[in-house]
Amino acid sequence: MSFRGVTKVFPRGIRALADFCLDIADGEFLVIVGPSGCGKSTTLRMLAGIEEPTSGRVFIGDTDVTGLDPGDRDVAMVFQNYALYPHMTVFDNMAFALRMRGESRAEIDRRVSEAAGILGMEGLLGRRPRDLSGGERQRVAVGRAIVRKPAAFLFDEPLSNLDAKLRLQMRSELARLHARLGATMIYVTHDQAEAMTLGDRIVVLRDGVVQQVAEPLALYERPVNAFVAGFIGTPAMNMFRVRCRSGAIEPLEAAADLGRADLPDGEYIMGVRPEDVSVGGAGIPASVELVETLGNEKIIYLATPGGLQFVARCSPSFGARQGDAVTVGLPAGKAHFFDQSGERIARDA
Amino acid sequence: MTSASVLKEGSRHILLAAGGVVMILPFAWMIATSLEAGGFRNYADAWREVPFGTYFMNTFIVTGLTVAGVVVTSALAAYAFATMEFRGKSALFLLFLSTMMVPQPVYLAPSYVILARLGWVDTFMALIVPWTANVFSIFLLRQHFRTIPRSLYEAAKLDGCSDFMYLWRIVLPLSRSVLVTVILFDVISSWNSFMWPLVVTNSENMRVLQVGLSYFNQEQASNYPILMAASTFCTLPLLLLFVLAQRQIVSSYSRSGLKD
Repeated sequence: MSFRGVTKVFPRGIRALADFCLDIADGEFLVIVGPSGCGKSTTLRMLAGIEEPTSGRVFIGDTDVTGLDPGDRDVAMVFQNYALYPHMTVFDNMAFALRMRGESRAEIDRRVSEAAGILGMEGLLGRRPRDLSGGERQRVAVGRAIVRKPAAFLFDEPLSNLDAKLRLQMRSELARLHARLGATMIYVTHDQAEAMTLGDRIVVLRDGVVQQVAEPLALYERPVNAFVAGFIGTPAMNMFRVRCRSGAIEPLEAAADLGRADLPDGEYIMGVRPEDVSVGGAGIPASVELVETLGNEKIIYLATPGGLQFVARCSPSFGARQGDAVTVGLPAGKAHFFDQSGERIARDA
Repeated sequence: MTSASVLKEGSRHILLAAGGVVMILPFAWMIATSLEAGGFRNYADAWREVPFGTYFMNTFIVTGLTVAGVVVTSALAAYAFATMEFRGKSALFLLFLSTMMVPQPVYLAPSYVILARLGWVDTFMALIVPWTANVFSIFLLRQHFRTIPRSLYEAAKLDGCSDFMYLWRIVLPLSRSVLVTVILFDVISSWNSFMWPLVVTNSENMRVLQVGLSYFNQEQASNYPILMAASTFCTLPLLLLFVLAQRQIVSSYSRSGLKD
């Protein structure tokens, strides 16, 4: 499946996607992530055929499907609001696409019960959507896609209407489903945790422009720019505007010694992941502003007398409390540096 | 209950009861008069006097086919206005709506000329075809179709559904209550239509009930019992319809008034 230079401009001149190029491998779980309005849903909808690109081509296999009707593309989509037919039973919802394709009754029965078995919802087949919980509806929406045995599954923020616990459960179910079916899945979300846990590869979009396409860990460890660095990871990466002078790093807007880095003199954006911030030991004096105890870890919000603010991730046994004076180490070796426009500066040494 | 609320509740009931009496009085008078001087024989006499059987049959045919036509054309037009994208959609819809403001006498004569040129005068075609498109029905259905989430359309498209199948399998089943409203309105207006059938038909065997009843009234001007007997059995089908679908009719009227 591939996008070749796809651009989408909406009638009022809003550009949703610009010159989008991407190849998706067979059986891949690809996640498209980005803040709302970045064009990720539009991308998915153009693959589905619900939206037409302004320019560029969309291919499924070797076939150019750009002008093809959604029904002729052999893709199934799971919508954010599930889009189940309210007047039909679960069985009929799942069977609808097969009926439209003229499958035999025996084949429809077989495929619906097979899909219901996979999702553990044999008992729901006679019910109507309004009699189902959010999680069950979600499952039916997935089931409706499964019975079609499509070339690709498209998910448009399918978990965002579920409560937190159910979301985690469905997330792992989707991962298991992908492993079981081995089908190509393209998944759109604004939730970077979903993206990281589900995706074989992740596409980060911003204002219709691809920022980075990479495997989850690569995205986390080597973000290509400050946007990706800030978007991926919770809590977000600490970012400071810094100056490098003869290898010494100091923040622009506060007084502190942030160590040394092998960089030409100039101004940069320095990013440090919360888990790379060390509290205690040698470093900059700071005070604890807030401690969030999450059980398996503590998130510490810190501020230096000079006005520098950052977040650290500590072990649950860390004893500091609000108002305590501590010292903070920001190891420049583990830091990410970006130039003033936000592009990553390669430092492979 | 305080005395003030008893008073309020009581006066409300008295007012409603008075309204009820006012509404029922003509019916009561009609039925009472129809049974004077001869009792139920008046009904048989009235029925024999003119071919009411033919009038009833004509009215059933005209009402049935008109309503069927209205449902088909309104559903298709409303679907286009609600779901499809085309140039000039809003302007065209406004044009449609504006025709509701034209009173019947204005288009009666030109319509007659058209029918005459088509050779349809004094035929069922004249009674049925011009009424098989109804802007108000289109409007009601369109308003309802617009409340159906767009994602259902998209899901159906992905399921390989054509526009027509989407209308048939998804939209119409989800619009049952509005369809009932449209059908009820059109049954009532078609059953009661008088001016149009009077103008476009001449022969007695093409008369519909209201026209037949009116001629009968002129002929039997002074024989009130027999007149009222005829009026009673002409009103009976609608009365029965109201008894059977009372709740639907009341909610239909309130819905048609309230929907955006």
